[in-house]
Amino acid sequence: MNLQTEHQGEVLLITVQDDRIDAASAIQFKEKMREIVAEPSARVVLDMSNVGFLDSSGLGAVVAVMKALGPVRRLELSGLTTTVEKVFRLTRMDTVFVIHKSLPEGIRRAG
Amino acid sequence: MPADGVAFAMTAADPFPDPDPGFRVPRDLSADLVFAATTGAVREGLARLLALPILADLGADDRGTTELLLAEALNNVVEHAYANWPGEIRLRLSRKGGDITVCICDQGLPMPDNAPPRGTLPVIGAPEHLPEGGFGWFLIRNLARDLAYRRQDGSNALSFRIPVDNQDD
Repeated sequence: MNLQTEHQGEVLLITVQDDRIDAASAIQFKEKMREIVAEPSARVVLDMSNVGFLDSSGLGAVVAVMKALGPVRRLELSGLTTTVEKVFRLTRMDTVFVIHKSLPEGIRRAG
Repeated sequence: MPADGVAFAMTAADPFPDPDPGFRVPRDLSADLVFAATTGAVREGLARLLALPILADLGADDRGTTELLLAEALNNVVEHAYANWPGEIRLRLSRKGGDITVCICDQGLPMPDNAPPRGTLPVIGAPEHLPEGGFGWFLIRNLARDLAYRRQDGSNALSFRIPVDNQDD
């Protein structure tokens, strides 16, 4: 699981470089993300635009990361692809996360 | 079985070529696969399966739904039926017109109460109590049709139908 991290102002931007978060990679995603978000930052944005596929294990891992952030920070998601967006919508998890269609204003793609 | 744990066989039931290449006649296709019961073999097998003629022409939306349903059902077998010992999963797919029929067999543990879980959507409460699991059967029940399960002679057989409209949407 390849995750690229970059501080941009108050935002910790994490870009998922893998094209899927599935049962084979969910645990590794969760563990790496927990290490990354241990760094202090006002906001955490997860760029998922490279992720074409996410299953229920992947969804559970994203939820676990959000809980690891604690009560003050919320996990902001960006760039959900069609199938990934469908999983969030069907399970109503789209109501729980801040979801941006593309990276929020002032944030540029990790390069 | 090859080293990556996935074996394939594929047959085209219709031996006749399309009379007019510009008019796509729906063909009856089927595929039989054997997966090692690991999440890695499931991932590998799905990638190869999606490239086979039986699924290769699906529109993006149907393709995503099909991959999701197969991943959920196969990984359930890996994580629950074969929780205590290794094994193999047999998958048979057949395609006829706007339907893909899926049958998944394994020799693992039976489903609890000899029935597929009801797949009720977990309650979404306060952020610190959000559910991290329990979504899989909800997704299967929501997206699949004609779900059926049978336990016989130490084997599980789960079957369902995936409606596909074969449009590039």
